[in-house]
Amino acid sequence: MSDYALRVKELDVHYYTDAGIVKAANKVTFDLKPGERLGLVGESGSGKSTLALAILRMIKPPGRIAHGQIMLGDTDLTKLSEEEMRQARASQISMVPQGAMNSLNPVMRIQDQIIDSMLDHNLGLSKAEMVERANAALEAVELNLKVGRMYPHELSGGMKQRACIAISIAMSPQVIIADEPTSALDVVTQRQVMQTIGRLQESMGSAVILIGHDMGLMAQFVNRMAVMYAGSLAELGSVQDIFNHPLHPYTQMLIESLPVLGNRGVFKGIPGITPLLRDLPPGCVFNTRCPKVMDVCRQKAPVFKEYTPGHWAACHLHEK
Amino acid sequence: MSLSYLLRRILLVFLIIWSAATLNFFIPKITPRNPLREKLMEQASRSGYIPPGFEEMVKSYEKKFGLDQPVWKQYLTYMNDMAHFNLGYSISNFPKTVPELIGQAIWWTIGLLTATTLISFFLGTLLGALMAWSRSSFIFRQVVPSLLVLGAVPPFIVGLLLIYLVAFKWQLLPLGGAYDTTNLPTWDISFFLDILKHSILPALAFILTTAGGWAIGMRGMMVTVQGEDYMTFAEAKGLKNWRLFYKYAVRNALLPQITGLAISFSYIVGGSVLVESVFRYPGLGSLLATAIRQLDYFLIYGIVFILIVAIGIAMFIVDLIYPLLDPRIAYEGK
Amino acid sequence: MTVQSVSTQSLPLPARNGEVSGLRNALRYLRRNRQLAIGLGILVFLILFSGIGFFLVDKNTAYALGAPAGKAPSWEHPFGTDGQGRELLAVAVFGIWETLRIGFIAGLIGLGFGSFLGFSSAFFGGWYDVVVRWVVDVLLTVPGLLILVVIASTLDNKSFTLTRMALIIALTAWMGPARTVRAQVLTMRERPYVMMARLNGMNSWGIIFRELVPNLLPYLGASLVGSVTGAIFATVGLAGLGLGPLREPTIGVTIYWAMGQNALLRGMWWWLMMPILTTILMFVMLFLVSAGLDELANPRVRKTI
Repeated sequence: MSDYALRVKELDVHYYTDAGIVKAANKVTFDLKPGERLGLVGESGSGKSTLALAILRMIKPPGRIAHGQIMLGDTDLTKLSEEEMRQARASQISMVPQGAMNSLNPVMRIQDQIIDSMLDHNLGLSKAEMVERANAALEAVELNLKVGRMYPHELSGGMKQRACIAISIAMSPQVIIADEPTSALDVVTQRQVMQTIGRLQESMGSAVILIGHDMGLMAQFVNRMAVMYAGSLAELGSVQDIFNHPLHPYTQMLIESLPVLGNRGVFKGIPGITPLLRDLPPGCVFNTRCPKVMDVCRQKAPVFKEYTPGHWAACHLHEK
Repeated sequence: MSLSYLLRRILLVFLIIWSAATLNFFIPKITPRNPLREKLMEQASRSGYIPPGFEEMVKSYEKKFGLDQPVWKQYLTYMNDMAHFNLGYSISNFPKTVPELIGQAIWWTIGLLTATTLISFFLGTLLGALMAWSRSSFIFRQVVPSLLVLGAVPPFIVGLLLIYLVAFKWQLLPLGGAYDTTNLPTWDISFFLDILKHSILPALAFILTTAGGWAIGMRGMMVTVQGEDYMTFAEAKGLKNWRLFYKYAVRNALLPQITGLAISFSYIVGGSVLVESVFRYPGLGSLLATAIRQLDYFLIYGIVFILIVAIGIAMFIVDLIYPLLDPRIAYEGK
Repeated sequence: MTVQSVSTQSLPLPARNGEVSGLRNALRYLRRNRQLAIGLGILVFLILFSGIGFFLVDKNTAYALGAPAGKAPSWEHPFGTDGQGRELLAVAVFGIWETLRIGFIAGLIGLGFGSFLGFSSAFFGGWYDVVVRWVVDVLLTVPGLLILVVIASTLDNKSFTLTRMALIIALTAWMGPARTVRAQVLTMRERPYVMMARLNGMNSWGIIFRELVPNLLPYLGASLVGSVTGAIFATVGLAGLGLGPLREPTIGVTIYWAMGQNALLRGMWWWLMMPILTTILMFVMLFLVSAGLDELANPRVRKTI
């Protein structure tokens, strides 16, 4: 039995379009222990959501996983048949969707949307037991059982997001990928939903990948953090490592751009824009915006490697 | 279902029927033609001479039909008559009344149109859904779509083509009519089969040309629906392919199709008039064609009125079904 | 995600820098939009067929007794002649032209009036919008063909010219465009570029003509094709029922006579074939053009056959 809940090794996701190959994920490597919370941050378009879809093997043509392994426990998800992969979804590895507002089927009652997923997973449960489980899931996300009989349009945004979480955790998966689960909610509801996810994850012992762009919010919730830029991981480490000793200039700039209380009015952005994924610069993908850019950065892509135990980065500054 | 939704639908049906009746009343009024006089004149000239009391005869008929009254009074009488389906006499089939003639023909039309519309709707919708579904086989994604071009051609033209090929050249099916008129209608299985045999070509003319429209509409909606967040999440739920297809994609893409069904009745009925007359199918369409040829005005207006009432009722039924399929509609207008 | 926008970025809307490059862009676009290309090709073919035909056939032969009756297709009578002595080639030449003419006259009038109503009701809203919407909704549910039957049956066949027929058909051709244009303007009104224009103090008409109309053009084109299709359907249908100028050589009238005179039972299949095939050609042309324009307006929804 593997010590890891999930290990992603050198994952490449490419989209083959008329305009050329779009490299949405490049050699992405990270791992996740059971019960661990990993945050994945990056700007919009950096490939975070693509990565989430790739781990669930839900990349649609013209895109596909071009290379790499996704080890869920001891099984390589990239080697599974379509049917085996379908069975693995939601029961072993599940997703909390990004757009909770539209992620529920508008013409189906919430309860039926929890149950139909169980129906398709050969759980060997009777209808009554499934209803019971659905109710347990609703209770776990602190929703009234009456919600099960309601349609999505009758729920508030926060309730919809909780309903989505109930669906995602109903079969106690080992890995939960939460793709900006709170981006559409107000600040108070955001915190409550995050606490619910955290509590459930602890009680089930699952690992969580939390995707987002708010480093501050994330730092309060996760153990480790990965920084993604233009389809590649720039840096990966514990929250302490990332905030106290950031190795990659991009991480440093992200931290500097966070608002600090008592230092109001000073707001540092990151000059320049993210390169188009279909037109990446040669060498390091960050070389167009990096303040510490060197000649080598424009020629050779840096290797993503471990500098101190558990602290990884892809930057020529630290290579000897 | 919310009350305001129901009231709006009822108002719409009422307005449709009212405007149909009103058009029927006013359009003939603004033309210089006098149908009664023309008809009597035609009959008179057929017998070779104009009888001495001709003008009196016209007058007495006009009085009988109330044409000597002021227009607003005529309109009220007319509306009252319409409300009671009192559509007057057929000029060419006197003393048969218009409702009598319509009563004989309407069931053929209703039978043919209900069957073909349902078949075409479900067939076209299913084909359209399969065409757009990313996991469909090559046949649905590449071959079937080329049949859509049939939807471009009016049903009666395809009907003519079918008559020529199937009925005339290959002599597989009858040229027209609703049943074999050489045999007396007896209500048994063989008569029923005969009716079925006669209805194949007209039905085919309809289905071939209208299914394409449903397929195109459904394909567009399916493309939209497949881009929705709930489809991504549904796939992440590990659902089986058929459940994703029917319960998530088709179920949602179907809603605009149902609205489309309500709107399409006018096209279907308009098209059926021509298909029926091409096949000499004894429904309202053929009756209308005959009435036009014989300049039987009251029959023309009566048929047009009844067809529009039928469209209104059919739309209303669809409108009542729609909220059962879309739980959100109950909240409309609140 | 980012990928989907890739294919839509190079949408070649008509270029404004000189006509030559505009034409070249249009041709390059047509190569990708095959439906539009084939549809326009058929249209050009039909126009050429009639246009050249005008000089080659004698118009008199298109009328009854203008040619020997009931001749099968041959070198002398390429499309055959009908049971009443019309040269069917001549009927096709004039019939296609007249049918397209009626369709475009009625369609253009319908589009003009309909767009005006759609624009104004979407843009000004209020009770005016409510009234327009209800009128359009009600009239759309009444088959245009039936309204036309009532109108046409009250007119004298003698005073019925083809142009008058086009005008009558236009009466039922404006509801579709009114609805489409209204819906499009409503969605566009909320788009950021219109909001910007409004904030910059552009007046309503300025916004309509400088911001909305250019973006509406593909929809207007598709609407026009829709009205023309409806109008051609109406003219062929009305004539097929025996309404309208029955002496004129049109496609619909030919169908009426062929059916009424039992062309098939008399073995004169060609009498029916000419109107069937020309009608199919016209409607397939309209369908392809409409599908092509749809794709131009809405490149992400693939509607290719």
